[in-house]
Amino acid sequence: MSALPMAGAPANVNTVGLTKNDYRGNPTTLCQGCGHNSISNQIIAAMYEMNVLPEDVLKFSGIGCSSKSPTYFMNRSFGFNSLHGRMPSIATGGLFGNHTLKAVAISGDGDTASIGMGQFKHVMRRNLNMVYIVENNGVYGLTKGQFSATAERGLQLKKQGTNPYMPIDICMEAVISNASFVARSFAGNAKQVKELLKAAFAHRGIAVLDIISPCVTFNNEDTAHHSYGWGKDHEAPLHDITYVPPRNEIMLEGELREGEIREVTMHDGSVIILKNLEKSHDPRNRFEALRVLEEAQRNNWLTTGLIYVSTDKPVLSDTYNLVDTPLNRLTEADLRPAPEMIDKVNALMF
Amino acid sequence: MNKVVNDFSIIVGTKNGSGSSTANNTILRAIFKMGIPVSGKNLFPSNIQGLPTWYTIRASKDGFTARRETNEIVVAMNPDSFARDLASVLPGGAFYYADDIKQPITRADIAVYPMPIKQLIRSDTSIPADFRELVGNMIYVGILAHMIGIDIETIHAALDFHFKGRQKPVGMNLNAVHAGAEWAKANLEKKDPFHLERMNETEGLIMADGNTAAAIGSIFGGAQFVAWYPITPASSLAEAVSDYFPMLRKREDGKNTYAVVQAEDELAAIGMTVGAGWSGLRAMTSTSGPGLSLMTEFAGLAYYAEVPVVIWDVQRIGPSTGLPTRTSQADLSFVIGMGHGDSDSIVLLPGNINECFDFGWQSFDIAERVQAPVFVLSDLDMGMNQWMSKPFDYPNVPMDRGKVLWEKDLEEIKGNWGRYLDKDGDGIPYRTIPGNKHPMSAYFTRGTGHDEYAKYTEDSNAFHRNMERLKKKYESAKQFLPKPIAHTTNGAKTGVIAYGSTEAAINEARVQLERDHKMKTNFLRVRSFPFTAEVEEFIQEHDQLYVVEMNRDGQLHQLLSVAFPASATKLISVAYGDGLPASARWVREGILAKFSNGAKPASSKKATAKKSNAKKIASKKRTAKGAK
Repeated sequence: MSALPMAGAPANVNTVGLTKNDYRGNPTTLCQGCGHNSISNQIIAAMYEMNVLPEDVLKFSGIGCSSKSPTYFMNRSFGFNSLHGRMPSIATGGLFGNHTLKAVAISGDGDTASIGMGQFKHVMRRNLNMVYIVENNGVYGLTKGQFSATAERGLQLKKQGTNPYMPIDICMEAVISNASFVARSFAGNAKQVKELLKAAFAHRGIAVLDIISPCVTFNNEDTAHHSYGWGKDHEAPLHDITYVPPRNEIMLEGELREGEIREVTMHDGSVIILKNLEKSHDPRNRFEALRVLEEAQRNNWLTTGLIYVSTDKPVLSDTYNLVDTPLNRLTEADLRPAPEMIDKVNALMF
Repeated sequence: MNKVVNDFSIIVGTKNGSGSSTANNTILRAIFKMGIPVSGKNLFPSNIQGLPTWYTIRASKDGFTARRETNEIVVAMNPDSFARDLASVLPGGAFYYADDIKQPITRADIAVYPMPIKQLIRSDTSIPADFRELVGNMIYVGILAHMIGIDIETIHAALDFHFKGRQKPVGMNLNAVHAGAEWAKANLEKKDPFHLERMNETEGLIMADGNTAAAIGSIFGGAQFVAWYPITPASSLAEAVSDYFPMLRKREDGKNTYAVVQAEDELAAIGMTVGAGWSGLRAMTSTSGPGLSLMTEFAGLAYYAEVPVVIWDVQRIGPSTGLPTRTSQADLSFVIGMGHGDSDSIVLLPGNINECFDFGWQSFDIAERVQAPVFVLSDLDMGMNQWMSKPFDYPNVPMDRGKVLWEKDLEEIKGNWGRYLDKDGDGIPYRTIPGNKHPMSAYFTRGTGHDEYAKYTEDSNAFHRNMERLKKKYESAKQFLPKPIAHTTNGAKTGVIAYGSTEAAINEARVQLERDHKMKTNFLRVRSFPFTAEVEEFIQEHDQLYVVEMNRDGQLHQLLSVAFPASATKLISVAYGDGLPASARWVREGILAKFSNGAKPASSKKATAKKSNAKKIASKKRTAKGAK
């Protein structure tokens, strides 16, 4: 990948005149080594490198360890740490205020796959313009180590004993619910997390990132499916992924053969380059996406990468034919009908 | 036989889903068009098709619009409710029935008129077979028109309105009306005393249901975002918003300044509304009891995070699923204490169609001014039934967007602000709105403990300070709330306090109490919570006060007793909840049953009314109806 374009010479200031510090948040209060912190850092890096204005981003979260993390990045962005499992609805209403903004939402496996399953599924089918990150560790951290709905059957935890239930596969749920971008990653694979974050941010529509993000305190035994050890041993990336921003010329290595590279052009002209590894996966094929997930489930693989993407679905605000001016900038002149309309209305009341 | 003119009720018993609503609305509109005060109430089952349903039309020359419990004219179209309908006719009343119902007529004290509806409708070959049942309902409209004196031309006007001037359905229905009227003229002999005669009492008035009024009022209030989940009796509010948005907010570029989202449940409906309110939109949701229960969690968040939202609760009778198609005023206590932990609620209590419109727009001003959820409690009777009303008035004040800091404001104060800082000493802080490009504009909203700068804190002092400021904020809110409305009678020492849709029944009962029992009353209709100073003054001015409401526990009575403990012993609860709209009878009897003044109220020997007096109060009521 060395021939692929770099972001340019390292500089302290990006093209919107901000330093990386301008993308930081408050110091984390999560455990040392928590996967979530590494994800926060990749968000900071990705937003900085993508030259995003923090004021153009809205941060949303629900309740739980994961949902605390929006305070740990991008202090200059508006944020809403809402209710357990209800983040999607807050974000849906919030984005209607200004349809030119993009949302980055953080949820967890409890927040999404248990209490928030309903809202999760419905925000998929509405195709809200939002990156929906699930920091997935199979366990409830803030309440001290109960099983979550993504924990594998047979998982043994200190106080809880053995998990008797089958797990929920967040990516599969997302694909089934007509999500337009679905990816899985592993917090231990920082480079892939960052590239997927960039691709997700460039995607117009709902982009689900199910990131296995180990809980070092309650669920990090090497035999547990959400641990660092398991992830390192079982991660099976679908491809090598590189995000190329718009207007950057794409130069490919000369020796790459036909079929080894797959490009997905995003709405803003940026390109996601997927270099095949052992197998070839076309993420634009929903049937293939489900097959890949089914295969991973059967074989206990931690399959990571871009599982599914569709770039031609309208985002929620498109379907509402909204005025160009953000709704929250409209004034009385736009919003209150003219005085003569009251007579028209009264004439209809008979 | 003494003629009874413009003072009786017509009850039509049909099967749900048989399409009788066009017929019943036509009668209602025609009577209204004749200048006779009239009201229409639909008593319907929670069912799509098949169960019995009744539509009540009350004509009242005195302008009384509450539910009346006597059925002077009954039209029986449903075999399943035939016996019950027959039994319900007032002695001396009239009973019309479809003659294909072969059931015994067991009463001799009423006038009975069989109607050959099926036969007549079949004889009109121009009506397609699948329209026969629908149009068949128009036969009884025609028969009634002839028998009680509804002008056919007003029926024509009503049909024109209903079908928006489309000639084909108007013609088809009008033919059926004519057929009914002609048959009645040739075959029926009038044996009852009930007649309609033209008056001039409805000129300048409109006829509407509260949900439509609320929807239109909200649009005049600049509503931008509506999220909702279907529930009886609130669905028609959100649906009316969707219906009227395109007309009232039409733009040359064809684009929308609003969005209506049907959510997956009430949790999401209010969640989206809170998100939109946070994001600077005039956001609302509408629901009823069971939905409101689900919304509790978000209401608490909106209270604590200080997000403006408007929540309409069109009350039906609970607990639990209760009776989904019956009315009540039993959500008041719940809304006032909504949410865990300490909480406050701003509640608006519209009492008529006009106020549904007014509170539609005023609720947004209050929500944004106070940065809080505003609950508007309507009910099924007001929301879904047809009421006469003064026309809607255009908002008389500009929109109040509250304390918002945009880029230039932040520039002026050099970005030095705190989201929950009580800068003005009124407990109401300043807010910024997402999309603000000033680098100091952002803050982090949370339902967790926060300080003046919206930072998470577990500091006890900061937590306590914030809760005290919230309390102060709700004290400040009172100045923005609608004040109660008083209806007074000279020399009255007894007070009546109520809220909402019971006004019509209470004013009618007050006329009866004065006429038949020499009991003069003053009436205060409360229009908001927390109670404003006028409520306390009214209580202080009276020796005893009856608090009338449609619920079991006397919720308003409880709230008043808590708010004004020194006067609590003067407050007497008259509460009753059975799902039916208030009637003058239960208000009157409820008050009389609790009356205690050493002496019993005088009971007039004859029930003959002092007409002039009754009229005076009734007309005063009509004037007061639209008062702000």
